Amino acid sequence: MIWRKTKNYFFITILTLSGIAVLIPLILIIIYVIKMGFSSLNWQFITHLPRPVGESGGGMAHAIVGTLFLVGLGGIFSIPLGIMLGTYLSEFKKDKMAKFLRHTIDLFSGIPSIVIGIFAYILVVIPFKHFSALSGGVALGIIILPIVTRTTEEILKLIPGTTREAGLALGLNRTKIIWHILIKGSRAGIFTGIILATSRAAGETAPLLFTAFGNSYFSFQLMQPMASLPAQIYTYAISPFADWQRQAWAGSFVLIIIVLGLNLSARFFMRQKS
Amino acid sequence: MSVLKVENLNAWFGDNHVVKNISLDYKANTISAIIGPSGCGKSTFVRCLNRIHEEVPSAKVSGAVYLQGKNIYGPGVDAVTIRKNIGMVFQKPTPFPAMSVLDNVLVGLRFQGMCKKTTLMEIAEACLKKAALWDEVKDKLNQPGTSLSGGQQQRLCIARTLAVNPPVLLMDEPTSALDPISTAKIEELMDNLKNEYTVIIVTHNMQQAARIADYTSFFILGDLIEHGPSSEIFTNPKNKKTEDYVTGRFG
Repeated sequence: MIWRKTKNYFFITILTLSGIAVLIPLILIIIYVIKMGFSSLNWQFITHLPRPVGESGGGMAHAIVGTLFLVGLGGIFSIPLGIMLGTYLSEFKKDKMAKFLRHTIDLFSGIPSIVIGIFAYILVVIPFKHFSALSGGVALGIIILPIVTRTTEEILKLIPGTTREAGLALGLNRTKIIWHILIKGSRAGIFTGIILATSRAAGETAPLLFTAFGNSYFSFQLMQPMASLPAQIYTYAISPFADWQRQAWAGSFVLIIIVLGLNLSARFFMRQKS
Repeated sequence: MSVLKVENLNAWFGDNHVVKNISLDYKANTISAIIGPSGCGKSTFVRCLNRIHEEVPSAKVSGAVYLQGKNIYGPGVDAVTIRKNIGMVFQKPTPFPAMSVLDNVLVGLRFQGMCKKTTLMEIAEACLKKAALWDEVKDKLNQPGTSLSGGQQQRLCIARTLAVNPPVLLMDEPTSALDPISTAKIEELMDNLKNEYTVIIVTHNMQQAARIADYTSFFILGDLIEHGPSSEIFTNPKNKKTEDYVTGRFG
């Protein structure tokens, strides 16, 4: 009896400690970014463009807008495609094509993001001979696609087969069942997948380094370079100027707020579902 | 008058012959039960009556089923259209996810193109009343269907099926996942449904068949052993196997 309880406490202690071990680096990162970033963050930072080298002040407004623009661009490419692919994988899972696609998608999510950047570089930048927002959007789209596809597939698989049969028994055809009952019925879960995928894309630096490249002014042109928070942070963080390094921290803070905000809203929608 | 007439119906899963040459006649406004040991093809048989069986890969059917004189397996007959005329309630409640109680009831009608709000509300109320659920849900029509209890969900599925107004209602063990009180409620409402619909119910529960069904069919391994008025099947069966089964010596 005592032995059993001792074992119990022993394992609970080990589990708790490993939980804490995982949390410590995460909390340290967040605390450090808040500490360094919050003090550098000011209104000017989120509303102003960078100043010329040597002048202090200025901000990353263009990069914040650029990140949202690039993620949106990637999403327009890949969210609808991901939902359709995920639906196909779940509803026609026994097709040979589906099995092949599932493996391909899994492979996609395992590709290092820098390689995706190179791919988008070859696919879009080289033919147009120009770094462009479009190429950055394509790169982020390739990151978003497998995540949306797999979450959509998993969410739809949660719906029991009898629900589909009940739809058939009501005299609905396959298309109506898939669209109106399965997809609409899982919209909260699918939306969560979209948010998780976009928040992941928002934090990516590597695919943007030689696609969207970056600039130092507002730009909404598809075929021109565009700034993004991660790339801007990278540039500023490795610069020799104290003021830029300070701004890199502020940028990190803003980026964490955006990603954390997206994740929290994903959780909120998930809870609404259950 | 016969509403549903089954002639030489056979069904297979791959090479497995699960329903063997069944011919049966279902009269209007009756409840007919199908009983038999597990794996005897009861569910497959009713799933052939609304052409759901063929949705399973490798499934095959032969024979004819006449719904009000028209063969549902005839050439050029569309399975989707047939299913609008033969409702089905499943073993487990199947409320559609993220749809309110009201939307669940009306989903079939909406897809048939009916969208006049007052008519829809009247039909919803009438169907929920027929399914003996109205009093319990009238104040929560906009809550999700999945928030109801299991027994309520099953009655919601019955209401949803009634809304498209099919002459024939198939029920595949509709109470086997429910508690005795919910079961009693569903049995009671089935007795009322008889006035407007023809009900065919698969059940594992012989007492249930004896209580509610006018006619009972007994299946073993895909063969129809005996069919007749429930009173005869349960008190004076002609076949020895039926007698063994209903008296609990077999199965």
